[in-house]
Amino acid sequence: MKKPIYMDNHATTPVDPRVLEAMLPYFTEKFGNAASRNHRFGWEAEEAVEKARKQIADLIGAHPKEIIFTSGATESDNLALKGVAEMYAERGNHIITAATEHKAVLDTAKKLEKRGYKVTYLPVNKDGLIDLDQLREAITDKTILISVMYANNEIGVIQPIREIGKIAEEKGVLFHTDAVQALGKVPVDVKQDHIHLASLTAHKIYGPKGIGALYVRRRNPRVQITAQIDGGGHERGMRSGTLNVPGIVGFGEACAICQREMAEESARLKRLRDKLMNKLLSELDEVYVNGSLEHRLPNNLNMSFAYVEGESLLMGINDVAVSSGSACTSATLEPSYVLKALGTGDDLAHSSIRFGLGRFNTEEEVDYVAGKVIEVVRKLRELSPLYEMAKEGIDISKVEWSAQ
Amino acid sequence: MAYSDKVLDHYNNPRNVGSLDKNDPNVGTGMVGAPECGDVMKLQIKVDEKTGVIADAKFKTFGCGSAIASSSLATEWLKGKTVDEALKIKNTDIVNELALPPVKIHCSVLAEDAIKAAIADYKKKLAQRSPQTEAVAEKA
Repeated sequence: MKKPIYMDNHATTPVDPRVLEAMLPYFTEKFGNAASRNHRFGWEAEEAVEKARKQIADLIGAHPKEIIFTSGATESDNLALKGVAEMYAERGNHIITAATEHKAVLDTAKKLEKRGYKVTYLPVNKDGLIDLDQLREAITDKTILISVMYANNEIGVIQPIREIGKIAEEKGVLFHTDAVQALGKVPVDVKQDHIHLASLTAHKIYGPKGIGALYVRRRNPRVQITAQIDGGGHERGMRSGTLNVPGIVGFGEACAICQREMAEESARLKRLRDKLMNKLLSELDEVYVNGSLEHRLPNNLNMSFAYVEGESLLMGINDVAVSSGSACTSATLEPSYVLKALGTGDDLAHSSIRFGLGRFNTEEEVDYVAGKVIEVVRKLRELSPLYEMAKEGIDISKVEWSAQ
Repeated sequence: MAYSDKVLDHYNNPRNVGSLDKNDPNVGTGMVGAPECGDVMKLQIKVDEKTGVIADAKFKTFGCGSAIASSSLATEWLKGKTVDEALKIKNTDIVNELALPPVKIHCSVLAEDAIKAAIADYKKKLAQRSPQTEAVAEKA
């Protein structure tokens, strides 16, 4: 078993060797600009791009022409929100999103608020799910867009996308979803799910960094967006800039592999995830799973280990790469806003660890990680004044702390 | 974030972990921080009645590695010092010793607060005790 063990696949994934192999010729001998219309180099590049566009479209049940290449999902989220807001400004100025969205959506929504748009941030319940009635009630005649992520990047919770899509269509509102974490893990079908715009990225599905896409529906309804990057009019005028051909080829190949292997691979990941979870739950007391287990990505586990601070736990399992919702690992010193939105107390948010299993994790690694976490949690609890107090029967939530 | 060797050493081999009897009149207990802030330090000192020297110090900390290291280091420094000498320990001394980055300075501040709180608790116990001790002495 090679160490360190990488189990942070929600952050990024390694490029699959098959993906790299497909990309390599496009750096050197097939280096053409896909926009060069009058020679072989350009044709070759264009052909490769169109093949990839179809591979990506196929994975989400879209038409290839509905795939707009971007630099990644952050750009796709920006383009979707700002592009729709500007294009439909005359129709309305209201956008609905959720409290647990990725910062690429939340910060874009905040920017739009500064420009005069109104944004509703739907709360989530303790499982991390939005309430569909609340969504319905939030829609006004000024609402132009609903943006709710498919699956959350911290807790892996899958929103009721199809129902949200239906509501959006009923009310004549556009529906954007950040599908970055769901893509290649669970079946995403833009038609059945009534999705009008979807943000996608390659590097979470064993493709390269720096390439993403925005799905923009062409029919029923035909969605229009205002370009945010102007120039040569690439990508049907929605996103100018010379196409990243090797990246696009890699993205396409990554999608094709997911298409073939997703069913089997997701089942394997779920089995490993459940093994990890059950081992931790049975060996340790006061351990909590954050977010719904039922509506969840197969590869995600987010747990809080009460009375142990997340960063100190990461420090103890330093040969395992995972991430923490603890404030101490972030620059802001604020614990995870996603966990806070679930109503998780700040203390448990500080104690949270996100495990993101991936294609290259083995059962042996899962066993090792479980054992290591159990060992370090026990050690840190010996060191924890809170654990000592809890064992003495003191209710920590009732203690008056000398807050800093 | 990369940790200094000293932080790693204290994290891997924390010194003086444990608890002293908080009802012992010679023990001062300081508990600072809050769980929702991600840091709670409990620091205890046991003072030798005759010499006024801190004979023992123990800690338990809920917090990041730097918080654990700061409190572990504090207990090391406290032992053998008089209460007044202990009050001179500054958070900047801890920052320098552990090479803490700016984002971790609050850990050292918390450790200094814990030292002060433990000493204040000890002094409070001492003050409550003195009139009685004097009264006993007068009677004798």
